[in-house]
Amino acid sequence: MDWDFIGKTFWRLMAALPLTLEVWLFSVVLGGLIAAGVVWMRVSGSKPLAVLARGYVAIFRGTPLLIQLFLVYYGLASIPAVRHSLFWPILREPFYCGVLALGLCTAGYQSEIFRGALLAVPHGAIEAAKACGMSGLTMFRRIIFPIALRHALPAYSTEMISMVKATALVSLITLWDVMSVALKIRNDTLVTYLPLILAGAIYFTVNYILGAAFLSLERRLSPHLRARPS
Amino acid sequence: MILASADGVDTLRIFGFGEGGWGLALLMGAGMTLAVSAIGLLIGAAIGSLVAWSRLSGHRLAGAAGETYAAIFRGLPELLVVYFVYFGSSTLLTGAASLVGYNGFVGVPAFVAGALAVGVISGSYQAEVFRAAYLAIARGELEAAVSVGMDRWLMFRRIIAPQVLRFALPGLGNLWQVALKDSSLISVTGLAELMRVSQVGASSTHQPFAFYLGGLVLYLVMTLATTRLFDMAEARATRGMRRIAG
Repeated sequence: MDWDFIGKTFWRLMAALPLTLEVWLFSVVLGGLIAAGVVWMRVSGSKPLAVLARGYVAIFRGTPLLIQLFLVYYGLASIPAVRHSLFWPILREPFYCGVLALGLCTAGYQSEIFRGALLAVPHGAIEAAKACGMSGLTMFRRIIFPIALRHALPAYSTEMISMVKATALVSLITLWDVMSVALKIRNDTLVTYLPLILAGAIYFTVNYILGAAFLSLERRLSPHLRARPS
Repeated sequence: MILASADGVDTLRIFGFGEGGWGLALLMGAGMTLAVSAIGLLIGAAIGSLVAWSRLSGHRLAGAAGETYAAIFRGLPELLVVYFVYFGSSTLLTGAASLVGYNGFVGVPAFVAGALAVGVISGSYQAEVFRAAYLAIARGELEAAVSVGMDRWLMFRRIIAPQVLRFALPGLGNLWQVALKDSSLISVTGLAELMRVSQVGASSTHQPFAFYLGGLVLYLVMTLATTRLFDMAEARATRGMRRIAG
């Protein structure tokens, strides 16, 4: 075992972790915002808006992220109108293209999680809030959001983890994330597995920490479901 | 049409079946996607039922091994698993070949490596689907089977397998969609499935938008159509069951 090489490879991979985490964070936040809009359209009561929202979810959940990413990065850039538009400074950067594609995709999944959580709010709770004379916003803040949040958390944590895994795709649009650095080291040194194993260990650890964090949040938010101390 | 390119190339001809048309290549790519995903799902079913069985067996070591397998492959990026299986299976095969006296690199066909990668990933999820399905079988049915004197194999064939399949069907339908989408990652190994064909078409005609959009539409058609198939299968499998709500 060449510990020196292992150490060097590990730290080179770790140096790429911030980029992976940045892509993850930005796309998850962007996706959350879009998802909120999509859910609002879906439950707005307007039929055309609901159809649009359904179409959005079907398209982004029904096709591979890789082709969505390439459509944004290579496809949009090939359209002259896009190259002359206001958005070109953003769309020519692989980083923003990656964030945009990942964000659009996760929005499809997140919106379904949000919708399921909203539907799980008991009707009686909403009636009671109305009977007390709460306004729409107060009712959302005090009743709907806290209940829906607890319902959404388990599925949401799964989605957050699968987004960490999805960030590896940005290695295919010239970004230097953990995945692409591992492949580069593999190409340069001809050491086949070690860079991939170390990269895998890093991804696994990040996902493990993320999963544990969500689990503890879940536990903290639902003390009423815990067994009574005997 | 937005697809009409600046240099005046006719988009209809690009997607057509005539000379210079990519229609047939794209359809064959879609066929390859379906094939590699389906084989991958079957490999995943074999792995998944093995892992589920290891966890249900009550054997501590086997259970821990199954759990570790599932945890690892769900925690790794799918793309990394694809690379790993692709490189790894060739190394294994080269090693095996040198045992029988052949010295030299033996590459695993991209189709085999791809189906294996999809299967390895799918198996880690299918394990949970099968485990939950088994646990959903009413205990009394198993007791009844034992009490009428069925041996284990007969009980598995007549009582367990049909019900596990029925309960697992909705979960398997979801995992089929996941396999279909994961199969696009195999394009990095050069297998001519839909993603790869779209890439080749995009770069050789300089029309990436048209090709990736076309590929996307084909993927969407495949997921929507096969989802319907799974829905129909589910309706058929549960036709004898009482249900709570539509």
